[in-house]
Amino acid sequence: MTAEAPLTAAVEAAAPAVPGPRARTTTRYLRYGAGKVAGAAVSLFAVLVTGFFLFRLIPGDPVKTMTGGRPVSAEQLDSYRREFGLDLPLWQQFTEYCGKALTGDLGTSYQFHTPVVDKISEALPNTLILTGTAFVLYTLLGIVLGTRSAWRHGGLGDRLNTGLALTLYSVPSFWLGLLLIIVFSVGIGPVPGLFPTGGMESGGEEGFAHVLDVAHHLVLPVVTLVAVEYGQTLLVARSALLDEMGGDYLTTARAKGLRDDQVRRRHAVPNALLPTVTLVFVNLGRTVAGVILVETVFSWPGLGGLFYQGLSVPDLPLVQGLFLFFAGTVIVMNTLADLVYPLLDPRVGR
Amino acid sequence: MSTSQQHGRARRRLAAATGAGALILTAGLVPQQAAAADGDKVLTVAVAQSVDSLSPFLAQRLLSTSIHRLTYEYLTNYDAEDARAVPALATKWTSSPDKLTWTYTIRSDSSWSDGERATAEDAAWTFNTMMTDPDAATANGSFVANFRKVTAPSPTELVIELKKPQATMTALDVPIVPKHVWEKVDDYSEFNNDKNFPIVGNGPFILTDYKPDSYVRLKANKDFWRGAPKFDELVFRYYKDQDAAVAALRKGEVSFVSGSPALTPAQASSLKSEKNIKVNDAPGRRFYALAVNPGARAKNGETFGDGDPSLKDERVRHALFMAVDRKTVVDKVFQGYAVQGEGYIPPRFDSYFWKPSDGQELAYDPAKAARLLDEAGYKKNGDGKRVGKDGKPLDYRVLCHATDPNDKAIGQYLQEWWGELGIGVSLNCVDNVTDPWLAGTYDLAFDGWSVNPDPDFVMSIHTCGALPATPKDTGATDNFICDKQYDELYAKQLAEYDPVKRADLVKQMQSRLYDLGYMNVMAYPNAVEAYRTDQIASITTMPKKAGNIYGQDGYWSWWSATPADTGDSGGSDSTGVVVGIVAGVVVLVGAGAFLALRRRSTAEDRE
Repeated sequence: MTAEAPLTAAVEAAAPAVPGPRARTTTRYLRYGAGKVAGAAVSLFAVLVTGFFLFRLIPGDPVKTMTGGRPVSAEQLDSYRREFGLDLPLWQQFTEYCGKALTGDLGTSYQFHTPVVDKISEALPNTLILTGTAFVLYTLLGIVLGTRSAWRHGGLGDRLNTGLALTLYSVPSFWLGLLLIIVFSVGIGPVPGLFPTGGMESGGEEGFAHVLDVAHHLVLPVVTLVAVEYGQTLLVARSALLDEMGGDYLTTARAKGLRDDQVRRRHAVPNALLPTVTLVFVNLGRTVAGVILVETVFSWPGLGGLFYQGLSVPDLPLVQGLFLFFAGTVIVMNTLADLVYPLLDPRVGR
Repeated sequence: MSTSQQHGRARRRLAAATGAGALILTAGLVPQQAAAADGDKVLTVAVAQSVDSLSPFLAQRLLSTSIHRLTYEYLTNYDAEDARAVPALATKWTSSPDKLTWTYTIRSDSSWSDGERATAEDAAWTFNTMMTDPDAATANGSFVANFRKVTAPSPTELVIELKKPQATMTALDVPIVPKHVWEKVDDYSEFNNDKNFPIVGNGPFILTDYKPDSYVRLKANKDFWRGAPKFDELVFRYYKDQDAAVAALRKGEVSFVSGSPALTPAQASSLKSEKNIKVNDAPGRRFYALAVNPGARAKNGETFGDGDPSLKDERVRHALFMAVDRKTVVDKVFQGYAVQGEGYIPPRFDSYFWKPSDGQELAYDPAKAARLLDEAGYKKNGDGKRVGKDGKPLDYRVLCHATDPNDKAIGQYLQEWWGELGIGVSLNCVDNVTDPWLAGTYDLAFDGWSVNPDPDFVMSIHTCGALPATPKDTGATDNFICDKQYDELYAKQLAEYDPVKRADLVKQMQSRLYDLGYMNVMAYPNAVEAYRTDQIASITTMPKKAGNIYGQDGYWSWWSATPADTGDSGGSDSTGVVVGIVAGVVVLVGAGAFLALRRRSTAEDRE
């Protein structure tokens, strides 16, 4: 990882006379990275194209859905089509869409009469607060519990841990959410209703009171998400560590007289983390897409719900924009994972 | 063992004890829903529908238009008793003998929330903007399409000239906006009126804050000419999941839940046993029907779609009608939360309600249905299937909404009932019914409309005039019905200004529609909603006797609601918040500390 800081310096140094071993590594890394970035760009373009045509396959004419149930003259329908640009030939719609997308203009939502970029930036922070908090917690919890499980695999703790994680992993999130609402929000028997039933804020609070209010609303949805998600990380972390457990270097470490705890934390876990890193980045990419079921149960005003509303019209600019954004984030995150991986594991990228 | 490790252990016990103690304390201490800190009475309503726009020129959804009803005055309002037009911004109105010029007297005691007086000029400007700027006509353009000229000769006089007589002149559901605010808007297609709070208005409530899919806050307009609302604040709070909304009502977090479109029978039954909660099981304004595709056609005579030709035979339609047990539909599917269907317009609108006479009624009678099918030439073959003269068996595709459990449940009954008659039924449940619907590619379809106090619209969608101009156009037609006799009655009622005579014509139209057998109204689903009686002492339903609360045509419910003396009004409680967060943090920190300490101790033990 030392290559990170002097990266640019190394590149400059790479040109003159004799490239040192470090410079050679750096060049190789840069070539590797450039390949990954180029691949990501191609993927992004593919997403742009897919997004445009995919959502035009959804049955349903947005103009008719939006005016459904109201008396509308053919002229009015035509004027809507003109306004939305749906009267143009498909290829022209496509080139316009691509051109605008490149400048960051994702069009205007049909149903909300608002630029899609505004709708996304309005809901994105809400989603990130929810999924981001949950992501950090379930990743940490998964890694900590997973490595502990593996370290003493087969024991009672391991069996309990894995059993619980698997059970929660297979629980439908909306069901768990509703259960938590009934128990901890409404209150049952001696359990008082501690948390709000839904939403992200009560409204009307300012400053720190507002932060507290959001935190208060955040507890139950985050608990739900962590409960159903940490199992995956736990299992990956556990099996990764199990693979490392037979390693000779651990015996060496023990022979040096290190305590068991130190052997695990300093030697085994760092090596076992590699597969987990991939999963972490995949999960990180997913965080922006929101979690539609949990968002619905807890009435969280995030991107997942927005996407659903877009699909039901179909609100083409909105769904296209969101699709591009979601897929784009996953691609960027995966590319980042690809870029980070060789730094963590020098065997990759050679 | 070193001293530090001993300390660690002591710390661990201490942490555990503190954590447990804190939890017990919080369990005992949380005061459930005390009144809002400043003593304001807040009425909180659970909603699920997103706001499409807060601009009266763009908003079309029920929640958005209800908010406009609360924040802007319209020329007229609907009486809570019988939905007749009553004064609102206009105190009285007259029409010329030819019904082409309407003069409204605008009240002089209504002022905008920024202090300016609301005048006829505001109304004239609102209508003129809709008539001249297509973007401003997005939501309510149909009301002004027939307007020739709108002027305001004085601040209290508004004159509307029409191209031809228009039935909706006392039911113009157009929010009148303040000219001095709105004339500064450049582009009505993208102005959503959701940035500068409070929004200048003159209704019973003033819109003070809005966060998409979180909440809409309104405060009482103390200067409202009809009198200030009794609650100080009205909050529409989002619950995207109906079960969560019901839980919030049970907890007291919200005062009212409407359900969309209604609470489920299970939810209603469970709430009924709850104290301090009243379930309002009101007659609904919707009809729920099975519509027959008589063969899709356009005004230019072209036919399209692929409706089964056997359905053109009235006897077949009547047979299908008679093989539907409407009582079972109400008892089993709606579990009693609906009224058995008869005529087209629900009994709630009693001046227009019509039901078939004894001889006319197509009651549940499978034996008679079988005879009718025999007469029509669809006899059962060896396999028990009805076969036409062309040798093709009767098989109907029924279009159903994938999102509506009622459609699916009744669809299964249809398969049973019609199956016994020898008719095959395949359910085609889709998310988006609009496309097959407009293309006429179905045989029968589940259909339902919410009926307005003035039935003109729901009657108009069965006239020939509502058919699309060509197969490529979209008409207002519901299911391509075009009947000369019905159309003649429709034209007559349109020109009839005597309410009693007009109602009689509307009833005759319903009778004709019933005889045609294209629309089998199976039920009128109830508006099942619930509220907390310890937060709302009284509230006006519409109609007053037995009516609904949410989605009224007027603003009566929220304007009339009076807060209960005891308990709170759904406001948030900062003590609860703090205690809840403290508890959450204690649990998290406790769990973290426990894990950390345990890890250290195990390592230590294994040494």
